[in-house]
Amino acid sequence: MGNSRYLVEMNDISVEFPGVKALDRVHFNAVPGEVHVLLGENGAGKSTIMKVLAGVNTNYTGTIIWKGQEITARSVDEQRQRGVSIIFQEMNLLKNLTVAENMFLGRQPLTKTGNIDWKKMNQDARALLDSINSDIPETVQVSALSVGQMQMVEIAKALSFHCDILIMDEPTSALTEKEVESLFSIIQKLKSEGVAIVYISHRLQEILKIGDRLTIFRDGQYINTVNVKDIDIDQMVAMMVGREMTDYYPKVDVAPGEKLLEVKNIRQGTVLKDVSFYARAGEITGFYGLMGAGRTELVRAVFGADPIDSGEIYIKGKQVAIKSCEQAKKLGMALLTEDRKNQGLILEFDLNQNISLPNLDTAMGGLGLDKNKETENNQRLADSVRVKTPSLMQKAKNLSGGNQQKVVICKWLNTDSDIIIFDEPTRGIDVGAKAEIYGIMNDLKKAGKAVIMVSSELAECMGVSDRIYVMHEGEITGVIGTEEIGNLTEEQVVGLATGANKKMSEG
Amino acid sequence: MKKKKIDLSNMSALLVLIVLCILLSIAEPAFHSFANFINILQQVTVIAVLALGVNIVIFTGGIDISVGSVVAFSGIVMGKLVVEGGMPSIVGVAAALVIGAACGTFNGIMIAKFKLQPMIATLAMMSMARGAALTLAGGETITGYSDGFRWIGIGTVPGTQIPVQIIFMILLYLLFYYIMKYRKFGRYIYSIGGNEEATRLSGINVDKFKTLAYTLSGLCAAIASVILVAKLNSAQSTAGQDYEMDAIASCVIGGTSLLGGFGSVWGTFVGAIIMIVIRNGLNLLNVSANLQKLVIGVVILLAVLADSIRNKAAKK
Repeated sequence: MGNSRYLVEMNDISVEFPGVKALDRVHFNAVPGEVHVLLGENGAGKSTIMKVLAGVNTNYTGTIIWKGQEITARSVDEQRQRGVSIIFQEMNLLKNLTVAENMFLGRQPLTKTGNIDWKKMNQDARALLDSINSDIPETVQVSALSVGQMQMVEIAKALSFHCDILIMDEPTSALTEKEVESLFSIIQKLKSEGVAIVYISHRLQEILKIGDRLTIFRDGQYINTVNVKDIDIDQMVAMMVGREMTDYYPKVDVAPGEKLLEVKNIRQGTVLKDVSFYARAGEITGFYGLMGAGRTELVRAVFGADPIDSGEIYIKGKQVAIKSCEQAKKLGMALLTEDRKNQGLILEFDLNQNISLPNLDTAMGGLGLDKNKETENNQRLADSVRVKTPSLMQKAKNLSGGNQQKVVICKWLNTDSDIIIFDEPTRGIDVGAKAEIYGIMNDLKKAGKAVIMVSSELAECMGVSDRIYVMHEGEITGVIGTEEIGNLTEEQVVGLATGANKKMSEG
Repeated sequence: MKKKKIDLSNMSALLVLIVLCILLSIAEPAFHSFANFINILQQVTVIAVLALGVNIVIFTGGIDISVGSVVAFSGIVMGKLVVEGGMPSIVGVAAALVIGAACGTFNGIMIAKFKLQPMIATLAMMSMARGAALTLAGGETITGYSDGFRWIGIGTVPGTQIPVQIIFMILLYLLFYYIMKYRKFGRYIYSIGGNEEATRLSGINVDKFKTLAYTLSGLCAAIASVILVAKLNSAQSTAGQDYEMDAIASCVIGGTSLLGGFGSVWGTFVGAIIMIVIRNGLNLLNVSANLQKLVIGVVILLAVLADSIRNKAAKK
């Protein structure tokens, strides 16, 4: 059944996380000596399928054929021995150990007496770093390195395992141009040695430059596999975004009102570099950008969750100093965080407790907290956004992702805020619930709230927002006005988000 | 559903207590006399009041091991003022309460604002408060209090045999029960233990409520100290040693999760009584103090194991 041409074939792979189907019978294959690019929006399932191959996600269904034989990917160790090496998107280095210690963690060379052979370990690390033309000192602590340098250490570490297939998950997102160049020459060298490279990236120009074949995923579904030389950027974006998606964003026409929130020249370390924006009543203001563009950091800073270095915040035209989330809430702001499980909800608590938390006044009777009043109020909120749950006594952790997000929405509806910030409101939730969340956002817009939405999904951002700020590396690289949203191609917006071209206009 | 669960964890401690009482009654008939019942409640007051405060800290996911030392420190200050300074008892009591609350607040600020580990911050306070008590007292025992003051520790409700210290304890428990169940404060404390970051991002001043939890713990230690001094007619710089462990054990036996977010005021009360009943029973059975320590250790271990198994089941 296996085609011997392939190093690996993955067929009908499905992965299910609680409440969401991350992968739905997708296919992927790789031949030796090729760069196979995986493309898709955040949440499309690119990392998930590679984690299956690397033995990280072991609860999958489907078949994997490795060098012509069917295998089961049971653990990282086993897959590594087979020849699968992976460089994760999130850094897996231990900051307080040295570069060499990190590279040989758990397999340090030993002396005859069983002690760690520091000399040999450092020499080996040096040799590996030299092989990728890196001048990072092997004895320095990882905490002293830049993010780009850490990425290079990860690459060197991955190369230290002999591998037939090397998976790179967004390797260039943190690299400087020079580092990208040397990474590409490493890739060329590995290719010539017959190693298959799986390359996950959002940077379309890069894909054209180094990719041989391209597989596209969308919302956990397999879309297509094509030769890179047969395709252009427009076609890539079209397949990535999916045309039929556009009609499920119902736009509501509301004349925008006053500027409820205005932020001027906000700075925070190297993450936010002089960012200014405003959000108006009766308008959905979108923030588009790639991971690490600083959008989450921006909304957290505005909400007082993290301190800022400088900058001014105006609410309804009045300058305010926001030093805590408590203050932000009192000023009429709400933040629905990106990570709803760890930051939005208390998973072990019931829905009642979760919904009431930001505004317990709605649950107070004459003698203190009144359970009946609380349930009544929360039930009304839960019904208004159609939370599916047998009762409000249900623990938050037992709900699906979409319903959890609705509970977080209820929390903030309970405060009657004027400025409502949604950070990646639809990440990891199914299509039906997504449409419902857009509906809720439109309702808030109609009610005259200023809605801010951070999104990494281009189609969503363009479909839902009235105005869009595009961010790249802590800066706003473009503002797209209402009239322009329909006229700009997605490629142009992606161009702004990747820093390829800059454009400023006021909408 | 949740209500049922909390009741259940309460029930299991209560069930253990009932079984214990039955077993001890069979082994030693003297156990189930009214006199012994009052005796047990009298013995439990100090630990129960201490546990009340420590419990709130544990609800937030923290720990307070300084309370035993705070008992000594606040007691010595009160003794110095009243016995040696000739101040009215009420001034001494007020001073003790202020010292206790101040020690707790200091812990809270170190933990909430300066992000010290609760164990480390209160370990430092444990040593500092003990050191302060020893230095102030210079090794002596301060005795000789007015009858009015001693009434707190040894008086009975007029016309009955019920000691007033038991009434104080029960009133405190009722107050804390109300606060934890019906005031916003209580909900915030549980929420912090459930998920501190989510609570902060819900616009709750987490630092303030965390600090207040430690303030209350220190305050409870001082109240326990007042009862203890009134009972014994003496303040000692070595008082309250190992009490923090009894208090924490009471909370855990009563079903409070050391991870924070879960537990009840009444569970802790039952936990404290279980501790004392075991001691009382072992005394009646003439078991040596040394062996008693071992038995108590086993009970704590079983309680924590039960907590861990319960958590695992809840995760499923």
